[in-house]
Amino acid sequence: MSATLDRHGLAWFQLKQDVEDFLYAEADLLDQRRFRDWLDLLADDLVYFMPIRRNVKFGQHDEKENTRQGEGISWFDEDKWTLAKRVDQILTGVHYAEEPLSRVTHMVSNIRLLDASPSAEDAREVTVGSRFLVHQNRVEYETYTFIGRRTDLLRRAGASWQIARREMILDQNVLLAKNLSIFF
Amino acid sequence: MTTHLPIDRMIDVDRGQISREIFVSPDYHREELEKLFTRAWLFVGHVSQIPNPGDFFVSRMGDGSVILARDTQGTPHVFLNSCRHRGMKVCRYEQGNTSLFVCPYHSWSYTTDGRLQGVPLYRTLYDGQLDRADWSLVETPKIHEYKGTIWASWDPQAPDFMTYLGDAVDHLDQVLDCRDGRPGGSEVIGIHKWILPANWKFAAENFLGDTYHNPSHRSVDMIGIGPSAQRGQGGRRDNEYNNGQHVWVSFPQGHGVHSVLMPEQFDYQPSYMQYPIVEEYFRHCFHERQRRLKDKARIMPFTGNLFPNTSYHGRQPRGLCVWHPHSPTETEAWRFFLVDADAPAEVKDVLRRFYMRYSGPAGMTEQDDMENWLYATASSTGTIARRYPFNYQQSIGAYKTGSPLPGDVSVQITEQNARNYYQVYARYLKGDDWDSLLGRSTHPAQQAAE
Ligand code: FES
Ligand SMILES: [Fe+2]
Repeated sequence: MSATLDRHGLAWFQLKQDVEDFLYAEADLLDQRRFRDWLDLLADDLVYFMPIRRNVKFGQHDEKENTRQGEGISWFDEDKWTLAKRVDQILTGVHYAEEPLSRVTHMVSNIRLLDASPSAEDAREVTVGSRFLVHQNRVEYETYTFIGRRTDLLRRAGASWQIARREMILDQNVLLAKNLSIFF
Repeated sequence: MTTHLPIDRMIDVDRGQISREIFVSPDYHREELEKLFTRAWLFVGHVSQIPNPGDFFVSRMGDGSVILARDTQGTPHVFLNSCRHRGMKVCRYEQGNTSLFVCPYHSWSYTTDGRLQGVPLYRTLYDGQLDRADWSLVETPKIHEYKGTIWASWDPQAPDFMTYLGDAVDHLDQVLDCRDGRPGGSEVIGIHKWILPANWKFAAENFLGDTYHNPSHRSVDMIGIGPSAQRGQGGRRDNEYNNGQHVWVSFPQGHGVHSVLMPEQFDYQPSYMQYPIVEEYFRHCFHERQRRLKDKARIMPFTGNLFPNTSYHGRQPRGLCVWHPHSPTETEAWRFFLVDADAPAEVKDVLRRFYMRYSGPAGMTEQDDMENWLYATASSTGTIARRYPFNYQQSIGAYKTGSPLPGDVSVQITEQNARNYYQVYARYLKGDDWDSLLGRSTHPAQQAAE
């Protein structure tokens, strides 16, 4: 947390508003299935990470609960190239796990600015915490609910933002869905 | 010990017809749990998950949770994860190290070799009644470690694991051995666990040798996600097997594999081309492997399924899957990802990234498998649907026994591995003896084909 940030100043609230708008618009692109437009919001050096969460003893959570970025196996630990491949795959029209396309709604809430650098007035990077509730319904009877916590690192890109890092902490141990064929 | 269910009418391998009932009926599901999963050797874990005394890993066998534990003397055991007092799940952590398993309910405690040690208020409440020696955790009578993998069976009469594995060992070795041909030496770098709304046998059959389903992966093949994709290689993995003879091999114990038999002389085929260090490593491993294994190096693995529910991917990607039945229409899938323990960090990093984009619920290849298994199961549950058997007539009779490899070998895409698998499956459901389960008594279908 930058020591200089004034969390009550107007600049802070304006920045928070700006970031919220960005995240809602981003979610809307996914829900509208504008996947290529969504890819444009991702920085070239993106890290997209969803750990697998384990049942561990009290006191071991910090150390052992979540798999770590950069080592072993997680649900997602990937870059923009891989995400672009995922989009390409959906757009082939024969990716049966998403053909016909799922109906998806992203709810983003509990948005908090965690950091802004170098300052709220002139933020070039911001760290944003939020919660997600993603509802997926596909074909006839398949419905999945994914709930969890997200931490994003956003980077200023002209008048808008780009996502440089997204960490998604899903509240599940055994994945209660057959696939993670959607974006978070 | 014969079944009350007409299993012989469900499975007709001579005509290549298998009833949908065994995929959707709760009755057959119960029969499988009682007669198959209580007898067959099942994969429970890997030594790299329990390297030290006191280490444990909670696994599954059939519909039950089990604890794979290395006792304080260093011996591995497999216990049913259920307290002998009122059945509480004794261990609800996935993995760890302990000197005692203490039951959360009334605090009975068990040592790492399963013995009941602590019973609160023993003197006052149980003296003269409860003999602790009779109330150990329930333990599998059979456990076997093979090249780092640990297997167990609930049947005290089960044959030793190597007999059960039979000639499938030459194919499993290609998964478990180091890439340079040294025996064993793999480690588990992570596990996927997920719920699949499909019958478990769809998954087992997929790995057993259903090469025919390749068109369902068209989307991933169109975009290219292999380790040389950024160098223009299409498809979902490198082509390491040019000029090889694809073989589909089934074994009397019910196992089936899809491997490639390379020619007597064959050269390294570039792989991992977008990562020069990794490419160099695999080139080195290739030549070492040929030097070490000689003629055996000609066997290259694709996929396989060890009867009944342990599947593997041999190289790209590399790992073991277990399909745990929850109900006829729901499966808990576990995948254990493998690398050589002593591979360089860069190699492990490239492999894990490739495994994640290929495999499991987030994998671009296997998502399409999951979709197929779900809807094949769901649309077979209907009353009319259940009256019509599945077709298993592909390449019927087109195999040779023992040539060019041990087992029943087909050199064309075939459902022979599946026909053989369900024949063995039927014998379990009929409660046959181990001679029959190991395929030692000749059966009509085999005679006809020979
Ligand atoms: S159920 Fe375990 S002590 Fe009672
Ligand atoms: Fe497949």
